Amino acid sequence: MTVESTAARKPRRSSKRVSAAKKPQSAEPQLVQLLSPEGERVEHPDYDIQLSAEELRGLYRDMVLTRRFDAEATALQRQGELGLWASLLGQEAAQIGSGRALRDDDYVFPTYREHGVAWCRGVDPTNLLGMFRGVNHGGWDPSVNNFHLYTIVIGSQTLHATGYAMGVAKDGADSAVIAYFGDGASSQGDVAEAFTFSAVYNAPVVFFCQNNQWAISEPTERQTRVPLYQRAQGYGFPGVRVDGNDVLACLAVTRWALERARRGEGPTLVEAFTYRMGAHTTSDDPTKYRHDDERAAWEAKDPILRLRTHLEREGHADDAFFAALEEESDTLAKRVREAVRAMPDPDPLAIFDNVYADGHALVDEERAQFAAYQASFDGEGN
Amino acid sequence: MAAQQLPLAKALNESLRQALETDPKVLIMGEDVGKLGGVFRITDGLQKDFGEDRVIDTPLAESGIIGTAIGLALRGYRPVAEIQFDGFVFPAYDQIVTQLAKMHARSLGKVKLPVVVRIPYGGGIGAVEHHSESPEALFAHVAGLKVVSPSNASDAYWMLQQAIQSDDPVIFFEPKRRYWDKGEVDTEAIPGPLHSARVVRTGSDLTLAAYGPMVKVCTQAAATAAEEGRFIEVLDLRSLSPIDFDAVQASVEKTGRLVLVHEAPVFYGSGAEIAARITERCFYHLEAPVLRVGGFHAPYPPARLEEEYLPGLDRVLDAVDRSLGY
Repeated sequence: MTVESTAARKPRRSSKRVSAAKKPQSAEPQLVQLLSPEGERVEHPDYDIQLSAEELRGLYRDMVLTRRFDAEATALQRQGELGLWASLLGQEAAQIGSGRALRDDDYVFPTYREHGVAWCRGVDPTNLLGMFRGVNHGGWDPSVNNFHLYTIVIGSQTLHATGYAMGVAKDGADSAVIAYFGDGASSQGDVAEAFTFSAVYNAPVVFFCQNNQWAISEPTERQTRVPLYQRAQGYGFPGVRVDGNDVLACLAVTRWALERARRGEGPTLVEAFTYRMGAHTTSDDPTKYRHDDERAAWEAKDPILRLRTHLEREGHADDAFFAALEEESDTLAKRVREAVRAMPDPDPLAIFDNVYADGHALVDEERAQFAAYQASFDGEGN
Repeated sequence: MAAQQLPLAKALNESLRQALETDPKVLIMGEDVGKLGGVFRITDGLQKDFGEDRVIDTPLAESGIIGTAIGLALRGYRPVAEIQFDGFVFPAYDQIVTQLAKMHARSLGKVKLPVVVRIPYGGGIGAVEHHSESPEALFAHVAGLKVVSPSNASDAYWMLQQAIQSDDPVIFFEPKRRYWDKGEVDTEAIPGPLHSARVVRTGSDLTLAAYGPMVKVCTQAAATAAEEGRFIEVLDLRSLSPIDFDAVQASVEKTGRLVLVHEAPVFYGSGAEIAARITERCFYHLEAPVLRVGGFHAPYPPARLEEEYLPGLDRVLDAVDRSLGY
């Protein structure tokens, strides 16, 4: 599905469908919210969005399927089919909202947790699992979906996004680039350098920070003394904090930031305020560093539940829709499960493939030696 | 232009100019490369002729330079990034080792990163700390990178052309104390392969192998030795990843003796790798152990001591004597 047809404009207050409900009191006064945790549409003076029932159902479907895929991957890790999994549980709205704001010609630089954005870009979910199963380090062609490879070292990709965006500007294209990163990565020097480069070259890039409150075991207080979105001010571009569990707000704010980039107005920092509901990865144990009551508080702000409440209340979706989606989720999970189990181990000689584009004498020599060594066992054992 | 005498620095400048003219995707980026033309003037006049869009003065952030060069390469550009001095490369080391070197493999060959990282390296110019280092082994150790170093003006011109045309990332080490050495550059010649060594002087008694700034010292050592009736072959390795081991082997099979010379510390230096492999390849040809001459396992010293630190003519000849003494 696509929601590209309803471009966000600023300001726009004409909607009758916008609820009169006041924005709830919040400790974070700058948080942009369009859909409250209770599923109420909220008005915001600067960001609004008009979506059809079909588009709303589409966003809901994206989030549900992404969560189902993510749960399946976690299960596959527990079953020993994957070596590791980095769950996005709780961050579906931030990823689907921002992902659906993109045009096909825009370019995405993800971290290793952007499974929902990958879904929006049309990357086959099974492609994401190869690296977690250990059969490759990514391996998809970024140019097919304009979705770069997962970057594991945090923050590095913000510079790649900035360089790519500098290239977009040189080409005179009106595409935009989006770089995903987290609250932990915000402390990296590369992120600071990406802010500097993008600002001085006015590069068409959106920095989309999912502040999920935790960098493995370290809370955001260990990364910053100011709200992260305020960092942008020091670099000379706008920063916005958005409710990261509100798919509508994430869509509207990202779309606005992307449009700024297209118009040649330079970078924007979007801080999507959200929560990592699960562990950092399947190897992590959050019980050692955080309390269950914190998680419970965020559960009440669940991104999927609030949109479901809204859909039901407004009569935008019926039981048949939810039942069909449930079935589609199970089908997706089954397909993913089967695909992972069928993934063969690579040939040992693949170690030597693609080290260089133009070849390298030493790699050729070592490949030949290792092949001969392997062959020396032929006919033994079995 | 055809054949003319040029200082090595000017040969690099002409090579960059040629690349900018030939391929609109070639970009130059780095600190002070624009109006100033770089602190060594390697990019002199290029921004004036090709514009700020192609010859880009960057913020003073080396990781940012390489990180954005990677992004530009992903967009289809061929960036030539300048790191101002050898000792300044380390903020970019993460981007070079973790991203630039590995993205081709990570993508199973779908992504190519034709990025050249130019680094003036080595001592001998009386500089302050961090301006005289030879970190080439730190890059040659990393799979996915190619590492080369010209020793003369002609190679400077042609090897830079070839590095820019390469679809692999190339770390291009420029011998900064040879920038002003003149040599003939024929821009219409047909260059040999980028990663091949070259016999600079033929000989029968011993092989001296070096690259970059030390080739000149080795050639002088060979000339001095010839006066004493010892005929030394001098090999310019030119490329450190890959290394042209066949050329070294061929020479050592003829001479039976090998002395490796570089400014970089001997410990874990490129000489160690060559010594090990040549010992394996030429065990029955060797008349003496492979010897190495290079820097010490100490930080590069203050300028008043660099003449002692750098392997000069006498230290090279001392190693030649020791090898011939076996």
